[in-house]
Amino acid sequence: MVLEGQVEGPAGIIGMQTKNGGEGAAVELRDIEVSFGEGALRFVAVSNVDLAVRAGEFVAIVGPTGCGKSTLLNVIGGLLKPSAGVAVVEGSPVAGISKSCGYLFQADALMPWKTALANVAVALEIAGETKARAEARAREFLARVGLSRFADRYPHQLSGGQKKRVALAQMLIRNPRILLMDEPFGPLDAQTRVLMGDLLLSLWQQDRKAVLFVTHDLDEAIALSDRVVVMSAGPQSRIIAEHRIDLPRPRQTAEIRLDTSFHALQKAIWNDLRAEVMRAYGDEFAAIAGAGA
Amino acid sequence: MKRTHLLIWQIAVAVVIFVVWYAVATWPIVGDPKKIQFFFSTPTAVIVRVYEFFATGVIWKHLWITLTETILAFVIGSLAGIAVGFWLARQPRIAAILDPYVKMANALPRVVLAPIFMLWFGLGIWSKVALGVTLVFFIVFFAVYQGVKEVSPTILANARMLGMNDRQLLRHVYWPSALSWMFSSLHASVGFALVGAVVGEYMGSAAGLGYLIHEAESTFDVTGVFAGMAVLSAFVIFIDWIVTLVEHRLLAWRPQAGERAT
Repeated sequence: MVLEGQVEGPAGIIGMQTKNGGEGAAVELRDIEVSFGEGALRFVAVSNVDLAVRAGEFVAIVGPTGCGKSTLLNVIGGLLKPSAGVAVVEGSPVAGISKSCGYLFQADALMPWKTALANVAVALEIAGETKARAEARAREFLARVGLSRFADRYPHQLSGGQKKRVALAQMLIRNPRILLMDEPFGPLDAQTRVLMGDLLLSLWQQDRKAVLFVTHDLDEAIALSDRVVVMSAGPQSRIIAEHRIDLPRPRQTAEIRLDTSFHALQKAIWNDLRAEVMRAYGDEFAAIAGAGA
Repeated sequence: MKRTHLLIWQIAVAVVIFVVWYAVATWPIVGDPKKIQFFFSTPTAVIVRVYEFFATGVIWKHLWITLTETILAFVIGSLAGIAVGFWLARQPRIAAILDPYVKMANALPRVVLAPIFMLWFGLGIWSKVALGVTLVFFIVFFAVYQGVKEVSPTILANARMLGMNDRQLLRHVYWPSALSWMFSSLHASVGFALVGAVVGEYMGSAAGLGYLIHEAESTFDVTGVFAGMAVLSAFVIFIDWIVTLVEHRLLAWRPQAGERAT
């Protein structure tokens, strides 16, 4: 991991110019490999990953548990250094934290000692905004996620879905151009997930940021995204398939699931995913699979 | 149980103790009342003595001295504990080198230090403060060290993604986390500051609650000992109550035991 801030070297500036002239990818991964440990204990989480996300594109990454989906987000965000390959964000190679990225984590990431309002406002305060103006903006963003009445609550006084919405406001208030979301709605119950998906889509519809959305929930991936990327089981997981989702927008995630083309997509992607999921669990479920067949 | 019921029962316990004490010290129930009075005094005599303490005003000086020592020990011990705890948590290599020495110093029973501190700092308040500091320091030090070490990695990663630099991480993440751990050991550290002060006074001094009890003991004045202990206990409960008030203010963000939003 690298702690220093983003370095805008000459290579980065040149890179940005060429990229803007080219396809204009918001995020580009080139031949990424990430490994942990050394020697005999070396564990290669992902290898040979190439992926480009256009500005304004909503990409979902699905794959079996432990396939290194989150690892890729950490590389893009600058929290983790790849052992090989280059990650390029808006034309410049990632060095340090990627400032143009917002990150929504699966686990609770709010500071428990700050109120909902302070948690959101701090994102602007650290960028040099005055406290009063940061708080005024934070109230606006809390209103957007429907939490105006909960501004003075501490995280432990909020439900799981409310905490996620505070985290969403905290991420969006900095106006990042790229959103990295790591199974953000994973810990929530099924109904809340649907509502959160709709909220996310309605917010995204307003300014169409580039989104990388990691999930293990295939339905969620299809309902939300423009493109679903399927990863193989780890170790050394890589991208094995991509599916374009041409469902009309704006979408209602609950209704879109009833669409006939939704089922076709579900079937097609599950075909790719199925073998990998089985592989991830090894022979644990072999008996059941045999009985079913 | 309702609050008032609870209070009634709590008072009932005290009444029972006083009645039994009074009975055995007055009538020959379990032995010669004269002997029992010599060893245990009587509740009425103790109450009268406590009243005299306050009526004549002699107690205020002793309370004030003990309170001063307690506060000084708490403040100095906490500041040192916070500083060293923070520093070592951020310097894992130095922490590893010093680890056995920290453990050794903490394992030492502090009472053996009292004579040395008297030699170094004299019989005034500072030898008692020093004793309290050695107790408070380690509690705060371990709490702060833990607090900095055990910041959730997700909170840390999120704070960095929000763009916090090292200084801002310290202010918004490490510092509140360390303080919350320190505050959760506030009862223990304030309690030990008081223990240090009283034990120090007991070992040798010219004022304070420990001195008062020690003086009574050396003249076989059992009533004085019990009266001193009664004042000391009330004093401890008073300090503990203040700590609870402070804690509620400082840790408002923490879930109370059993409280949980769903």
